[in-house]
Amino acid sequence: MRVFTYLVVASFVALLVYASLGLPGRGEVDAPLHREESIAGTPVAATFYTRKAFSDAATPNFVTVILADYRGFDTLGETLVVLTAGIACLLILGRTP
Amino acid sequence: MDSIHAHYPYWVVLTLLVIGLWGMLLKGNLMKKVVGMTIFQSAIILFFILSAYKVGGTVPIYDEALGVGDPSLYINPLPHTLMLTAIVVGVAIVGEALALLIVIYRTYGTLEEPVLVERMK
Amino acid sequence: MGASRSVIVVLVSRLVAPLIQIFAFYVIFHGHYSPGGGFQGGALLAASILLLRLTCGREESQKNFRSDLGLMLGPLGAMTFLVVGLIMISGGSFLDYQHTPLLRLEPAQMRSFAILIVEVAIGLAVMATLISIFDNLSAPSRKEDSS
Repeated sequence: MRVFTYLVVASFVALLVYASLGLPGRGEVDAPLHREESIAGTPVAATFYTRKAFSDAATPNFVTVILADYRGFDTLGETLVVLTAGIACLLILGRTP
Repeated sequence: MDSIHAHYPYWVVLTLLVIGLWGMLLKGNLMKKVVGMTIFQSAIILFFILSAYKVGGTVPIYDEALGVGDPSLYINPLPHTLMLTAIVVGVAIVGEALALLIVIYRTYGTLEEPVLVERMK
Repeated sequence: MGASRSVIVVLVSRLVAPLIQIFAFYVIFHGHYSPGGGFQGGALLAASILLLRLTCGREESQKNFRSDLGLMLGPLGAMTFLVVGLIMISGGSFLDYQHTPLLRLEPAQMRSFAILIVEVAIGLAVMATLISIFDNLSAPSRKEDSS
């Protein structure tokens, strides 16, 4: 049983080393992650956000604008997830609030 | 040599992934499995943030000297935003896992996995 | 959860906790201009109260933050976020920050103001939830008598 687990871990390592040689190098500007226009000709999300964030929200920090303005619905859901985890912790241990 | 210089950050993340997977699969104590899960999750977050870097780019905060006409001067802000959410969800998951461990200890009296499987029969 | 027996540890932690809270408020309110924001500041605020819980004991630090306040402030923060989003329906769509009812500024300034309110609400919710998780995990268990 343990030999099987060692084999699983070894094959995981081999698979990931083989896959990482196919990834672009770190920081290359012409990687597909960093392109500026999608195949259809429309601007990619990151390019649109960096171009429009300062003029839309008067805030220098792009990450805060994306988190609270452009993707505010995801942040609302994520706050509810944190609250649910807190309440579930209370209920699992059998205490009354 | 050039390929190793470009790819070694992925191998650092791979080391952390293997340490986390080793802890989750091969250790007997349940607390060590939870710690392995935390290490695995930190490695995934680190991988996303590593891949958002551009050579010659700067912090994604608006700089008046650079302007916004050329987006290749700022690094990609989107993985950073997604990983903020991932970190907070990870903290909540670790809290849940520890609460479950407390209940298991209270019911069965042990946290070692072979003894636990025996007592559950 | 007893108090620490060393006077130095207790005194230094009581001295350092307000400084951590000032730094946490700095991180929340400067989320517009530097890395930071709601989640990071909320975690720092929770860390300052947890330091007091660990070193001064559970009963002494109830004066700083009562244990049953945790689950009241958390949903308050999330509800503030929801109410801010619902107010915007009066001019535009849900969570569209440029239609704040009482202010009359440019749309960019209104969005900046609403982002600040939302970040403070998120910080409050995260702080309350983290402290309440710690309190539930470390509270002494009562023996239920099955009569």
